[in-house]
Amino acid sequence: MSNANMNINRNANVNTNVNTNVNTNANVNMNTNANANVILKIQDLQVAVEDKVILQDLNLSIKAGEVHAIMGPNGSGKSTLANILARKEGYRVQKGTISFLDQDLLALSPEDCACLGLFLGFQYPVAIPGVSNIHFLKSSLNAIRKARHLPLVDALDFLKIVKEKMALLKMSEELLYRPVNDGFSGGEKKRNEILQMSLLEPKLAILDETDSGLDIDALKLVSEGINLQRGSDRAILLITHYQRLLDYIEPDHVHVLSEGKMILSGDKSLAHTLESKGYCWLGEGEPA
Amino acid sequence: MNSKLEVSKLLDREYAAGFVTEIESDALPPGLTEDTVRQISLKKNEPAFMLEWRLKAFQHWLTLKEPHWAKVHYPPIDYQKIIYYSAPKSLPKLNSLEEVDPVILKTYEKLGIPLNEQKRLSGVAIDAVFDSVSVATTFKAKLRELGIIFCSFSEAVQEHPELIKQYLGLVVPYTDNFFACLNAAVFSDGSFCYIPKGVRCPMELSTYFRINAASTGQFERTLIIAEEKSRVSYLEGCTAPMRDENQLHAAVVELIALEEAEIKYSTVQNWYPGDKEGRGGIYNFVTKRGLCRGRKSAISWTQVETGSAITWKYPSVILQGEGSRGEFYSIAVTNHHQQADTGTKMIHIGANTKNTILSKGISAGRGQNSYRGLVQVHPKAEGAQNYSQCDSLIIGEQGGAGAHTFPKIEVKNKTAKIEHEATTSKISEEQLFYCRQRGLSAEDAISMIVNGFCKQVLNELPMEFAVEAQKLLAVSLEGSIG
Repeated sequence: MSNANMNINRNANVNTNVNTNVNTNANVNMNTNANANVILKIQDLQVAVEDKVILQDLNLSIKAGEVHAIMGPNGSGKSTLANILARKEGYRVQKGTISFLDQDLLALSPEDCACLGLFLGFQYPVAIPGVSNIHFLKSSLNAIRKARHLPLVDALDFLKIVKEKMALLKMSEELLYRPVNDGFSGGEKKRNEILQMSLLEPKLAILDETDSGLDIDALKLVSEGINLQRGSDRAILLITHYQRLLDYIEPDHVHVLSEGKMILSGDKSLAHTLESKGYCWLGEGEPA
Repeated sequence: MNSKLEVSKLLDREYAAGFVTEIESDALPPGLTEDTVRQISLKKNEPAFMLEWRLKAFQHWLTLKEPHWAKVHYPPIDYQKIIYYSAPKSLPKLNSLEEVDPVILKTYEKLGIPLNEQKRLSGVAIDAVFDSVSVATTFKAKLRELGIIFCSFSEAVQEHPELIKQYLGLVVPYTDNFFACLNAAVFSDGSFCYIPKGVRCPMELSTYFRINAASTGQFERTLIIAEEKSRVSYLEGCTAPMRDENQLHAAVVELIALEEAEIKYSTVQNWYPGDKEGRGGIYNFVTKRGLCRGRKSAISWTQVETGSAITWKYPSVILQGEGSRGEFYSIAVTNHHQQADTGTKMIHIGANTKNTILSKGISAGRGQNSYRGLVQVHPKAEGAQNYSQCDSLIIGEQGGAGAHTFPKIEVKNKTAKIEHEATTSKISEEQLFYCRQRGLSAEDAISMIVNGFCKQVLNELPMEFAVEAQKLLAVSLEGSIG
């Protein structure tokens, strides 16, 4: 799938902003050089579900080519963050802004966001009985290609493409003809998510606990699949409990989320520290 | 008192002899009396036996009360306000599709209706090169060669009265129910089809090819007879939304299959369902029944019902011949304020008879959808087999749409094998979000899931209908979320 169109559009946006917004503070694209390749920028985000605040004072900046990891104990708000970014309903954004590829993310519908290039690898992928996996995958690919003004893929070409990608993930072809995720094992569901990621080639892939429930072999395969998706024009956000995944997918930045706040950021060694000391360590004396 | 009766009887006889003056205008005034029935028969120039049958039906109808046991609600029908006969109207002639209401054109486009068909439906003059009348004539000639009779019911009464006399009312006698009785008295027109012994009809028959298919009447009567070892597939209806000033549609369809004959009857119905508040839609109260009279005969009903304000029908099969088979495949959609109470009756009389029922009900908005089925095995029906599957799908907010199932199984023979499965599911928010996160719009997602749900039934439709039906499902579920 050609990415040339996407890159040209993004550069064009940045140039326009440089010309017209030099003196405004409100515009997010003020620092032109730094923003030339910012894929996601979250500023002062506060999110609530009904009356309960789940995330607060959240700031995060992800640039093209980077892999970020967000770790944290259960209930820290990791999945909420993933869902907000994918535009799931049921959350109230009380403060802050989110910019994705220079667009106001919070103004986008889930499908618009997906077509723009955001992918969520679900923690618990839902089954859709009656709809075959191959039909779903092809419909999704073509919906996104259509939004990007790319030619649609026909059935034969698609079959060729998807078989190649399934082979890399060691997925049985038979999974194409089953209903989406219906009766799939945990490992098969996770690999089906990564298969979709490799088909749709998103600018930002958010992978929510993709490693949970996987044995070592499956984990290796899935990690290889994810690493193949790394690129200088795209970014990956891994949400995980365990450091183990990060042995296979080396992050550039690691953040720790606790009780809805980003309390720590560092490089990949932070993951090792957490692994040896546990999340409780975070409660003992605040880091500088 | 007695003498009064005698006098009126005398007068009636004199009426029958032709003392009636025909009303000159195109339409009869509203109201239903014995005179109305006579006028209808006179206008159609029917032979005496036909008028007699109508009159007997009318007299019987006067003794009947309108049934209200179905799970549908509607304001009382005033039978005296209905016009029971009007001459077929020719649609106003327009010069091009540009003159047609753009909303209507948009629906035609969504349904994938070809341009020439769009023109025909909206009354736009068709080019001489694509004249649909000449196409119809070619097909009719081919059918005639094979001995197949396919014409309007009225024409059949004139040209083939012996067949009408033999089979009319055999499967649905006028005593059957209130609406069938009304239909028998005042039916306007419909289709007649006769397939001779051993002939397989080479094409799907549809009302499109029937001469005088100008506008569908409110009281249609259709009769299909398949002689020994013959085969026919008949398509009724179309996906284009159909409007009619007449609100009540009470049709009757009778199918008769003799030894080793097979009749496949498919319906796609998209009558006007009323406005968003549910006002003004068509009431589709239909009696459809097939008689598997001969050994190893088979009758299969397939329906896709997406229109009408109220759909009330039970296409059924009487399995009289030994080894005969009945099938019922149905998709019924209720959206906004539509109501449907539909299903089937499979009556096992002969030995080793089988039936398959596959019903898919979809409720959205505030639609109420009921499946009502009867599987009845008579004492002498040895080795009867039945498989029923009724699935309901609910779309939308809680408390809006409703799905109900009323299966009735009456078995009077110990060797019968009856299987019944039912499921109820909804399109969950999770499923919708998953699809949308993969780039599909909410409407495309629902359409995809609904098609998956209905796949088994769509596979039973003749191909051209299946493609249209898929599009129709998508259009009929528009606005079902949010």
